[in-house]
Amino acid sequence: MSASAVFILDVKGKPLISRNYKGDVPMSEIDHFMPLLVQREEEGALAPLLSYGKVHFLWIKHSNLYLVATTLKNANASLVYSFLYKTVEVFCEYFKELEEESIRDNFVIVYELLDELMDFGFPQTTDSKILQEYITQQGNKLETGKSRVPPTVTNAVSWRSEGIKYKKNEVFIDVIESVNLLVSPHARTPPPQPRPGSRRAARCMSPVTSRVHPPAQVNANGSVLLSEIVGTIKLKVFLSGMPELRLGLNDRVLFELTGRSKNKSVELEDVKFHQCVRLSRFDNDRTISFIPPDGDFELMSYRLSTQVKPLIWIESVIEKFSHSRVEIMVKAKGQFKKQSVANGVEISVPVPSDADSPRFKTSVGSAKYMPEKNVVIWSIKSFPGGKEYLMRAHFGLPSVEKEEEEGRPPIGVKFEIPYFTVSGIQVRYMKIIEKSGYQALPWVRYITQSGDYQLRTS
Amino acid sequence: MTDSKYFTTTKKGEIFELKAELNSDKKEKKKEAVKKVIASMTVGKDVSALFPDVVNCMQTDNLELKKLVYLYLMNYAKSQPDMAIMAVNTFVKDCEDPNPLIRALAVRTMGCIRVDKITEYLCEPLRKCLKDEDPYVRKTAAVCVAKLHDINAQLVEDQGFLDTLKDLISDSNPMVVANAVAALSEIAESHPSSNLLDLNPQSINKLLTALNECTEWGQIFILDCLANYTPKDDREAQSICERVTPRLSHANSAVVLSAVKVLMKFMEMLSKDLDYYGTLLKKLAPPLVTLLSAEPELQYVALRNINLIVQKRPEILKHEMKVFFVKYNDPIYVKLEKLDIMIRLASQANIAQVLAELKEYATEVDVDFVRKAVRAIGRCAIKVEQSAERCVSTLLDLIQTKVNYVVQEAIVVIKDIFRKYPNKYESVIATLCENLDSLDEPEARAAMIWIVGEYAERIDNADELLESFLEGFHDESTQVQLQLLTAIVKLFLKKPTETQELVQQVLSLATQDSDNPDLRDRGYIYWRLLSTDPVAAKEVVLAEKPLISEETDLIEPTLLDELICYIGTLASVYHKPPSAFVEGGRGVVHKSLPPRTASSESTESPETAPAGAPPGEQPDVIPTQGDLLGDLLNLDLGPPVSGPPLATTSVQMGAVDLLGGGLDSLIGGPNFVAPPAAAVPASLGAPIGSGLSDLFDLTSGVGTLSGSYVAPKAVWLPAMKAKGLEISGTFTRQVGSISMDLQLTNKALQVMTDFAIQFNRNSFGLAPAAPLQVHAPLSPNQTVEISLPLNTVGSVMKMEPLNNLQVAVKNNIDVFYFSTLYPLHILFVEDGKMDRQMFLATWKDIPNENEAQFQIRDCPLNAEAVSSKLQSSNIFTIAKRNVEGQDMLYQSLKLTNGIWVLAELRIQPGNPSFTVLQLSLKCRAPEVSQHVYQAYETILKN
Repeated sequence: MSASAVFILDVKGKPLISRNYKGDVPMSEIDHFMPLLVQREEEGALAPLLSYGKVHFLWIKHSNLYLVATTLKNANASLVYSFLYKTVEVFCEYFKELEEESIRDNFVIVYELLDELMDFGFPQTTDSKILQEYITQQGNKLETGKSRVPPTVTNAVSWRSEGIKYKKNEVFIDVIESVNLLVSPHARTPPPQPRPGSRRAARCMSPVTSRVHPPAQVNANGSVLLSEIVGTIKLKVFLSGMPELRLGLNDRVLFELTGRSKNKSVELEDVKFHQCVRLSRFDNDRTISFIPPDGDFELMSYRLSTQVKPLIWIESVIEKFSHSRVEIMVKAKGQFKKQSVANGVEISVPVPSDADSPRFKTSVGSAKYMPEKNVVIWSIKSFPGGKEYLMRAHFGLPSVEKEEEEGRPPIGVKFEIPYFTVSGIQVRYMKIIEKSGYQALPWVRYITQSGDYQLRTS
Repeated sequence: MTDSKYFTTTKKGEIFELKAELNSDKKEKKKEAVKKVIASMTVGKDVSALFPDVVNCMQTDNLELKKLVYLYLMNYAKSQPDMAIMAVNTFVKDCEDPNPLIRALAVRTMGCIRVDKITEYLCEPLRKCLKDEDPYVRKTAAVCVAKLHDINAQLVEDQGFLDTLKDLISDSNPMVVANAVAALSEIAESHPSSNLLDLNPQSINKLLTALNECTEWGQIFILDCLANYTPKDDREAQSICERVTPRLSHANSAVVLSAVKVLMKFMEMLSKDLDYYGTLLKKLAPPLVTLLSAEPELQYVALRNINLIVQKRPEILKHEMKVFFVKYNDPIYVKLEKLDIMIRLASQANIAQVLAELKEYATEVDVDFVRKAVRAIGRCAIKVEQSAERCVSTLLDLIQTKVNYVVQEAIVVIKDIFRKYPNKYESVIATLCENLDSLDEPEARAAMIWIVGEYAERIDNADELLESFLEGFHDESTQVQLQLLTAIVKLFLKKPTETQELVQQVLSLATQDSDNPDLRDRGYIYWRLLSTDPVAAKEVVLAEKPLISEETDLIEPTLLDELICYIGTLASVYHKPPSAFVEGGRGVVHKSLPPRTASSESTESPETAPAGAPPGEQPDVIPTQGDLLGDLLNLDLGPPVSGPPLATTSVQMGAVDLLGGGLDSLIGGPNFVAPPAAAVPASLGAPIGSGLSDLFDLTSGVGTLSGSYVAPKAVWLPAMKAKGLEISGTFTRQVGSISMDLQLTNKALQVMTDFAIQFNRNSFGLAPAAPLQVHAPLSPNQTVEISLPLNTVGSVMKMEPLNNLQVAVKNNIDVFYFSTLYPLHILFVEDGKMDRQMFLATWKDIPNENEAQFQIRDCPLNAEAVSSKLQSSNIFTIAKRNVEGQDMLYQSLKLTNGIWVLAELRIQPGNPSFTVLQLSLKCRAPEVSQHVYQAYETILKN
């Protein structure tokens, strides 16, 4: 069904530590892994799933380590990859960083964890907070013979222990929206039309989403290919006991169900929840109810593929004069409300790898050449909405041209706009009920940031 | 201080030193020594020599030390089986430790010690742990059963662990349920026939309840298990779907994909007109799109699966083209998959966008990706006719870039476009010819040569162009050589006057100077054709070519259906069935999507199909060796000899040569003649004496129903085995005539014509009474229903099993063979009602050895219903009696070849749902009894 054995290899493919769960694949098979990987890479046919004879290797890479699972059977591949990533997460929580050294320094506990994370190829307890309750770094603690299975391990609520106590009961809610954007340098002949009669077209006309603009075919200098918002709601929970929480959002579907469709609402296209949320309840009446884990966790994520007017719009001219120089002109425009300010804006502009002697001129902020990444980074600490700034850069090129061709990396933009969400999502309430009846305060914070924000260059 | 210090000792005599330390009295020193041993083990040193010393440390109250010793044991027990026995006592003891962590640790480790000698000692501790009060121990013990089963399956069965495991499915703790399900699935997978996961609506309900409560991994185990279940009707399918859909909102991608698998599979059973079907389709798209924001490896699995889903149900993602646009920093494997899906989703509505993207990709730097992008443009042209022109001009733009590999790919795809749209884009040939010299890859050269040959009449200097290739003829690859040969012959046929020399040159190069048999043969064929009959040559060589089909790389439908059942697994990533990459027969069960059923037919669940073949199990294809094949191949596939149906049914009871020579062995001679003295069957003894009169008082007043029971159609010939032709069918008998109701489905990409059918010789001489009439050619994805009348005058040969029928079906593609089992009741004739006296005499006459007893369970019918049901299938009730509250029916039936079968049916009333029917059959040919019994069961249960 799943993995037969799990290996952690160093960057050269040498096993650092391994655990054989099923014993049906000889452990020596792992020796084929690295040569196979190298060979596939050369052929340009590298994939996360490799096979050698009858053995299949499913692998991921984390910093300089390879985590590899082997199997002979028709295993559930998505389960194995999820498990490997979960393993990385657990190790990171235990050792801060997962790398060759931390494995060596903690091999005893790594063995213990591998034993607890999976049994006979079936993933078991993978919640690091719960694991930390009975697998501790200080082996000595266990000698007292007090160690017991925390009931949480097998409880239906397997993510929260009983008996948690705080003096002050608080919940911090962070609503973070990342904007993913892909812009083509060419204006499109036939411009992208909203589908006639589709839900999306209708949405543009409703007064509710005044922030969501119709397709942003605005600049002569390019067109938006893809624009989506990925939102996450993160919680920091300091609550005593076993509290029942209910989160209210201005969810369009909920509002329609309850006949409040006149209020401002947001249509969440796909919502994913932490395992603590009762999915069937949400499916029934869109109620987000849960008993939260203690401390930090991501409660939910959602996606909206609404076309949004790009918050920071870039126009660029990159002129390459072979054998002599490159001239770059970049114009950045803040297309959000004047009252808001984008912080920590970083615009990275690609330059040829053989460029030299950089010179810059910026109307605001500073520009820096990063030869190791072949980019110029233009940083603007604070970028108010509605403003427009300019940067010019000049590079020399060697008279002898390089052999290999270079790709055309896109321009990337990073930014953060506090107190603002593009989608207009709002936390309407957070109800906290605990049998001891304490009062708890929820705090909400909104932020919008850049996600995968790419503008292709021509 | 970190653990890394343990790795540092590399002195000589290390083992010796460790030995001393392990035997130290000081606890701390011991523990340090064990850690050093484990460290050595981790770096691959052989420390098995320390086995006894390490095992001695096992009895400790230090949990950490215990874990390390256990770890050591797991690694080395196999190499030291005799010494591993030493550990047994500690395991047994630890399984009773007051600390559940230790109990679980012991039971978990035990199962990992794959030493036969030990396993039997572990049964008792395991049994206790399966009933442990702590769920943590129970969930670990559940997995241990699977481990033990892997080592010694027989032992696990004998010890009854499987039943205990099944009981755990009803455990109060969801984690225990999840692990029990996982363990059972694992065992069932390696023993496909065991029917372990006996899923029924009750157990499904339990699983669905546990689904809401267990961890993310447990949810995956349960969903994967659910995917193996076949709901009995669309209503059940829908209710399961409704309870599974909330899982689509889970943060774990693997949970989402497993849920998608269940939904995609069960959707198959829902009618497309259902509102719910549309709702479900809509619900599936967003989570699939969100999977693309997961880690790249998970994205890759998701994309490979989306590729399948898009082929199976294109409507789900048809509006989501944009999310598959390639990002600069996507890994190459993600880029290539996205590209493939973009083509599949390309349609007239979005083609402009797709083309602009593809053009963008074609100017990237990654050669493999660029090539695939250029090919993709060609595929768009072929798929979306309206876009062909735009695609061609895009390709021409790309050719202008003069980037060598772009040009070559473009020419290869333009050749395909010419094949699809002949005589439309020839104007571009000039541009193509300009790039002749830069082509260095065989595929591109061959494509260019094909174009020149095909359009030779429009290219003024075609002869020069082709001649230029001829110079290095022997250095070319075979592909190019063959193409060049054909192209020059085409040229010659079109412009004979100026190219005679050229054609002679190429023919002699191909036939005299080449070692390649393919090339030589083709050369000779052309040569002879040209020299004997140039007109014929023209017809052959310049014949009109069939158009190439729309999408060339679609996965074959039956394979696609199978892969849909494997969503999320390696099979779905490889796009291969598990049998193609999983070793041996283990774990390889063909899966297929459930058939669509309406709730009104819910009682006719496929399990009761009488053909003897359970659903999903494919009928055997006739082996292709031996004289059987000769028989079939010699069959004339024209219209078969027709004869009056049922012409020979008048053979009298008692005639020896019932079936002709072929069945001599079936009807044992000696048994036949002398009836033994004690002729009255035991069960009949008492009533006959006292109540003969009332036995025969019965007048059969049962209304005649029209036609006998007809089984639902089953797939006889899967498309996979017949180049895309799928045949399903069933047998019917209606007012005296037998027919075979066939459903032919064309799952191939080409039209099928010229159908014919023939049967091999069989036990009852079944043969088609008319030719197979398929009126129109069968186009792809079309299905026809045909009723083929049968008679029983064909040649007779005893088959094994008796009701086996081997069939050959021919079409324009090939001849296919399959075999199927027909239900015997189609052979029960209308005049099968025996005279009462005759019945009694015959019953006595037939020897007791020929009597066969059967039980029919779960048949909640009374005597009236039974006899009326049976009568409609030509089983006639001659008499009815009531003995001690039990109804006795005396019945007769006659087969088409004149064999009489006599039956005594005892109905034991009681709890209506547990009625048991006792059936005694007597017949001179006892071989048929088994099949008659099956017919009874089939008729009564439907």
